[in-house]
Amino acid sequence: MSSWFDYTVNGLIIGNIYALLAVGLALIFGVSRLINFAHGSVYVVGAYAGFLAVTQFGTPLPLTIVIVVAVGALLGLAIERFGLRPLQGYAHIAPLLATIGISFVLDQLVQLTFSPDPRALPSELLQKRFQIGSGTIGALDILIAAIGIGSAGLLYYFLRFTRLGWAVRATAQDRDAAQQMGVDVDAVNRTVFAIASALGAVSGLLVGMYYNYIDPSMSFQATLKGVVAQVVGGVGNVPGAIAGSMLLGLVESYGIALFGTSYRNLFAFILLIVVLVLRPNGLFASRRQTPPEPMTGTFIAPSKPVQISPRTLLAIALAAALLPLVLPNPYVLQTLTNAWLYGLLGLSLTLIAGTVGLISLGHAALLAIGGYASALLSLDLGMPVGLSILLAGVIAAALGTLLVFPSFRLRGHYLSIATLAIGEIVSLVILNWDSLTRGPIGVSGIPPLSLFGFELDTDRSVYWFALGVLVVLAALQFRLLRSHLGRTLRAMRDDDIAARSYGIGLDRYKALAFAVGSFAAGVSGGITAHLYSYINHETFNSQLSILALTIVILGGMGNVTGAILGSVLLVGLPEVFRVAAEYRVLIYGIVLLLLVRFRPQGLLGTV
Amino acid sequence: MTTALSAPASQPAEALLSLEGINTFYGPVQVHFDLSLQVGRGHIVCLLGGNASGKSTTMKIILGLVKPASGIVRFADETITGLPTPQIVRRGVGSVPEARRLFGEMSVRENLLMGAFTRKDQRAIAQDLDRVLGLFPKLAERLTQRAGTLSGGEQQMVAMARALMSRPKLICMDEPTMGLSPLWVDRVLDLIAAINREGVTVFMVEQNASLALEIAHHAYVLQTGRIVLEGPAEKLRTDPRIRDAYLGGQESS
Repeated sequence: MSSWFDYTVNGLIIGNIYALLAVGLALIFGVSRLINFAHGSVYVVGAYAGFLAVTQFGTPLPLTIVIVVAVGALLGLAIERFGLRPLQGYAHIAPLLATIGISFVLDQLVQLTFSPDPRALPSELLQKRFQIGSGTIGALDILIAAIGIGSAGLLYYFLRFTRLGWAVRATAQDRDAAQQMGVDVDAVNRTVFAIASALGAVSGLLVGMYYNYIDPSMSFQATLKGVVAQVVGGVGNVPGAIAGSMLLGLVESYGIALFGTSYRNLFAFILLIVVLVLRPNGLFASRRQTPPEPMTGTFIAPSKPVQISPRTLLAIALAAALLPLVLPNPYVLQTLTNAWLYGLLGLSLTLIAGTVGLISLGHAALLAIGGYASALLSLDLGMPVGLSILLAGVIAAALGTLLVFPSFRLRGHYLSIATLAIGEIVSLVILNWDSLTRGPIGVSGIPPLSLFGFELDTDRSVYWFALGVLVVLAALQFRLLRSHLGRTLRAMRDDDIAARSYGIGLDRYKALAFAVGSFAAGVSGGITAHLYSYINHETFNSQLSILALTIVILGGMGNVTGAILGSVLLVGLPEVFRVAAEYRVLIYGIVLLLLVRFRPQGLLGTV
Repeated sequence: MTTALSAPASQPAEALLSLEGINTFYGPVQVHFDLSLQVGRGHIVCLLGGNASGKSTTMKIILGLVKPASGIVRFADETITGLPTPQIVRRGVGSVPEARRLFGEMSVRENLLMGAFTRKDQRAIAQDLDRVLGLFPKLAERLTQRAGTLSGGEQQMVAMARALMSRPKLICMDEPTMGLSPLWVDRVLDLIAAINREGVTVFMVEQNASLALEIAHHAYVLQTGRIVLEGPAEKLRTDPRIRDAYLGGQESS
């Protein structure tokens, strides 16, 4: 019994921490219809600000909290100023992508400043525990609960009884009408970002103290948890976000009690998918409530694509094929091979996100499925490597489509969140399904690439293999875009209701496109596995998903040539200039930010 | 181009609002071509026109929601072109937006008080609330109800009452009769006339020309971004060109 008491207390405490995150996300979504993916970065910055204050200056707890609140609020203002305000009037997905870029930049800056190694965040409160009945409760638990409840109370007072609070509520309900009542909606936005970020930063500090552990990679998980809690409670709904957080905390805590720590996130994301599919407005939305305005996920900046004649493309492909004969430098060849493999990923995402308009934020999962499929088929079943890669593509297509199918009814941001969660679920299943995937140990001794019994053991042969696969799949995709099917897919992207009223079965076509796209990604993952000879659940991580999206936007959404060019530029160039790995993610973040702001149609234009 | 009628019966003595030479673009599409109009103090002026004639955009120009490429908006002897919307509202422009646009999750009372957002004089606000409820007695019964649950006509009353709460010199109304039943259309028009009798100048955009002209003093007819007809309402009521303007007759094109 006592352990259940402890698990409940633990769940509620974690729930409080999530609530501090989720409430901020809900406020921001309310006034600006934006899911702020930089929220986790604010949380990390808050944790490190607290760490710096405590370890360097020995600040007492109240002062530390004040410092963290101030740092968080200032950071929130900066995010609003640079990430959101310049993008007013852009497509809804634009600020979302901008916040992803900002989060990459912030996380990487934290990592460069404080090193990726975890730090301890000491707190004198950690040791104190009180006996309650048969269970115990810590002083820190009480502090966290007090801060959670206190913030909720202050927020309630602010929203109900202050002028600015009224302005926030009015803006959330109707931005234009609020403006016509004389509300300065920019000021409302700034206020909300400052409040939300201050709460998020405090959340980071409290988590750091609770676990006596902080590291820069907490950011992404924090964003995800906040988003999950928010969606569960109903996007943009402040009380719902608090309830959703408590529910999430309890589900996780009981889940750990029953199954073990490595399942924690699995429960969170499964809860998210279930809520998204069954009750997209959240568990606590009243039935009467109209759904939030539909947000189309398309990020298609209208543009005239750069015309490249088939002859030129052929010449470029030929030049690429002849390159190893002219320049047999193994470093260049390996780099370009890598770029071709990312090019395959780009082809996949440019079809799904660009042509069909389903902005997938979990694309790396397809690589992982392909990689594991090919590795295990060749290792455990002794299948020849060429065939296993082909099958890996098929398995990725089948499994990927199956997983995402229930989410096809979602639109805009919701679909993106679902894909993000599915990506995380895939990676967690790989981690936990020991008997099949060898769990955290990973798969080693994957046989090298070979084709029809000939081993591809030179850099040159691997280069040609990757290039060959890329050219074939790119040619097929060109063909597809020109076909009736390609036109149908674009029609769905541009206006799904109109497309449906012309008799297009949306789900089927989405599934078809997703399967075709997933095949390319699966093949890419399969080849990669054999090149690396070792993979584990972190080989294809969520950063790759965002890199894929950046590649696709850089090239121009839906643009086949653009996807390949994007991957050569983003994967090849940093390698050629030998940019240190930790700066690369920083560069990706900055490139993404600049693209969204200044060239949303990409280099070669959207198709 | 502009066809002024010969005998201005009720020419405004003094313009509270004037638009001079407005040109507006949505991307490459030009919405207004050298648009000029005046709203006399104390009058009801209506801007008539069919779909896509630029009526609602005119409203947005006045409120500062859309910025014109060129031209001047003057209100109460002051140039307000390019000012942010809240600043324009603070100078005494109230609005009843198209399709009401109430704050659906807030109560009727909260909606009305939002109308007084720019004011800080709590006691006067409370008095105005009473005054407005005197004008719209039906709303007094609905004060605690969520605004989103009211009927279309009641919502229109809330929207008008909300606009009055800022003590505006001018109220801009975008299609106040849109989507209302015939009974409510008459009621709303009566209320607009009543508001006007209290000394508030009204600028309204309407598609329903014959009804709007019954209460207006002066009217303009807008067609694809140009004023094609203007004059005192009683003259326009019988003018065959009104019909031509709507049906795209030869004279007006």
